Amino acid sequence: MLSRVADCLYWMSRDLERAEHTLRLLDVNMGLMLDRSSVSVDDRWKRTLHALGKPEGVTWEGDLYKLGYALTLDGDIPSSVRSCIVSARENARRVREQISTEQWQRLNRLFLNVTTPRDPRDAENYLSEFIPAVLDGIHLFQGVTDTTMTHGEGWQFIQVGRFIERASATASLIEVYHYDLLGAAARMEEHSEYLELLGLLRSCTAFEAYCKVYTADLNYDRILDFIVLNAEFPHSLRYSIDCLQQGLAAIDRGSGRHPADDLMRLMGRLQSSLGFMQISEMLTQDAGLYLRTIVRQCREIHELIYQRYIHYSVHAALAD
Amino acid sequence: MNSNGPNCLHSPALRDYLLDHAYDEMIGSDGHVRPHYRALMDAMLALSPEELLKRKQSADLSFLTQGITFTVYGREEGTERIFPYDLFPRIITNAEWVNISKGLTQRITALNMFLRDIYHEGKILSDGVVPRELVYSCRHFRRQMRGMQVPRNVYIAVAGTDLLRMNDGEFVVLEDNLRVPSGVSYMLTNRRLMRRSFPQLFLNSGVQPVEQYTQALSSTLRSVSPEGRSEPTIVLLTPGIYNSAYFEHTYLARQMGIELVEGRDLVIHDNIVYMRTTAGLKRVDVIYRRVDDDFIDPLVFRSDSGLGAAGLFNAYRAGNVTLANAFGTGVADDKAIYAYVPAIIRYYLTEDPVLNNVETYLMTDPAMRQHTLQNLDKLVVKAVGESGGYGMLIGPHSTAEEREEFKRRIEAEPRNYIAQPTLSFSRSPCLIGDRIEPRHVDLRPYILFGDKVTIVPGGLTRVALEKGSLVVNSSQGGGSKDTWVLNR
Repeated sequence: MLSRVADCLYWMSRDLERAEHTLRLLDVNMGLMLDRSSVSVDDRWKRTLHALGKPEGVTWEGDLYKLGYALTLDGDIPSSVRSCIVSARENARRVREQISTEQWQRLNRLFLNVTTPRDPRDAENYLSEFIPAVLDGIHLFQGVTDTTMTHGEGWQFIQVGRFIERASATASLIEVYHYDLLGAAARMEEHSEYLELLGLLRSCTAFEAYCKVYTADLNYDRILDFIVLNAEFPHSLRYSIDCLQQGLAAIDRGSGRHPADDLMRLMGRLQSSLGFMQISEMLTQDAGLYLRTIVRQCREIHELIYQRYIHYSVHAALAD
Repeated sequence: MNSNGPNCLHSPALRDYLLDHAYDEMIGSDGHVRPHYRALMDAMLALSPEELLKRKQSADLSFLTQGITFTVYGREEGTERIFPYDLFPRIITNAEWVNISKGLTQRITALNMFLRDIYHEGKILSDGVVPRELVYSCRHFRRQMRGMQVPRNVYIAVAGTDLLRMNDGEFVVLEDNLRVPSGVSYMLTNRRLMRRSFPQLFLNSGVQPVEQYTQALSSTLRSVSPEGRSEPTIVLLTPGIYNSAYFEHTYLARQMGIELVEGRDLVIHDNIVYMRTTAGLKRVDVIYRRVDDDFIDPLVFRSDSGLGAAGLFNAYRAGNVTLANAFGTGVADDKAIYAYVPAIIRYYLTEDPVLNNVETYLMTDPAMRQHTLQNLDKLVVKAVGESGGYGMLIGPHSTAEEREEFKRRIEAEPRNYIAQPTLSFSRSPCLIGDRIEPRHVDLRPYILFGDKVTIVPGGLTRVALEKGSLVVNSSQGGGSKDTWVLNR
């Protein structure tokens, strides 16, 4: 597969995952805002922006719908949902012959939705419909990707893009919540802590899945255990890293070159650190540092993927 | 309804079907439907207007959802439009096609010999058949190609030649497109759509197939691969998604099962061309390039080009990669050289041309220039190196200022212009709303030249969809329709 094609598929997928994450955080926090909570409105949205990696050009100025518009529909904000979907569609167009017609049509529809002109002053009226509609569209795209595209190298790059983005976004999210929740339990009234924990779970689409395992008894340690270490839940860190590893291993096997030692070593280390960790162990160490390390390792893995498959030097490739 | 009698012309669908001096593809000079159009006409008239409209809408929708679009330049992000499409096919009889096909084969053979000659010994120039200064002053002449051996002496592997049918029914050549001709994907998609819209018509009409084009293109490209490369890797080089023909590039690459590459995917090392893949560098043997000469190698041609690959020309010169078409083929489709093509055919093949040219006045010739300047309001003036309807003056539709402007330009640079009479070319029935009306059409057959000449029967019929218009270019209100060459 052409390196440029792999590059396009990878970013198409990453951008959509990012758009989905942004929409979900916005949705969950807009919902929770309605309830009384120990976290002030200001802190809530600052924390959300923090979890999203402090997107360039977006600040909390006290107006929910202004913020909502900036994060979703503002084409001048490079990480807004609109920018992510426009760029995903642009990447898909570059490799139109590599993806299925069903994928193309779903993505085209999303593109048409987010580029429909809308007045920022009316955000209050349409955001509540817009957010679930786009989330649905992204889920549909992911569904047809899995059911209509050959699970070959191109699909593996899509998987890699999706899960590397999910792992880093989830790690950042948990880190931000961790400092707020840890030690704060004593200060919080009971029901407001509940709301915070609920918010964290919902931000990872984990509430229902968590309840099936632990019932609705929300306990921070268990929640952490679930969204960091659960091996079967698709938004947990461990699951994301496992999928990332599987995708990279499949690409490596298929490339017919000598094994990607550096990349697979880093990947394997990250995977086993999550696979053999216990949550009590993580909590006795500096959990924030541990989560930041995961984000850093994801970045390093991204760089190694690029060094090996996309931007390799000609001399190294000829010597291979 | 019976089209054998003249009465069918009284059908309400044909109320606006007015004849004039132009040749009509469907109705003969006696006012009767030509025999080869009768079955089609009966079938069309048998459908209700609503039914026709319905089929047209479903065809349009199919174009849109498949993303069969071209890009209109001049907007920030590039606007995509569907290519207007007419459901009424154009029919060419087998006898007419045999003649066209013979003429095109003769023409591409002679033009390839011409290019071989001018980039080597230059016999035709020494013999004074084509003026030397005309060749050397051509903007598309590439001195870098002098003395270079190209595989099988094939300079033009893919050509698209524009034909018009004149008042007497004869097909003439309007121009040759020998650089990067486009439009063939519309020929193929038009046919697929037509088969879907009118399946029963196809069964009864005996239409020659065109679907083999991509396979023929692929074997033509394989036949010109560098020597010693038995399993050549072929790629299609595109300028990228903002190019107006990007859909065609993806379509052809997909149909041939080859990689669609951009300049930045290519790496040249030690005069060998590679493409960057996730499995490392992969050697490339044949490049079907849809990028113009000027942009293909910043080291040799335009240094500001980001569309090509640095070092490509040297790899080509070293014989390690084949480009189709070769560099410098633009000399042979220069509009001033065009006037010499009949002489070129006679010179190399000692045959008379099967297909005639349109009468052309060279502005470098004082007598012809004089005549042109006096008759600017009746003639069409064209810049020699342009294509796609740019840089033209259409005398009868021009203003006095425009004529003054062209007069100045011609006098300043006579080599850069030619003039032709305003042509009256044929019209073909089209579905306009729920009526059938005549519109002007041309014909662009696609010619492949490798180890043999292949011309798929038919080609792209372009239609000037605006009433009375003579402009068929897609950027200026033109559309296309399926072209049927009959078995008998």
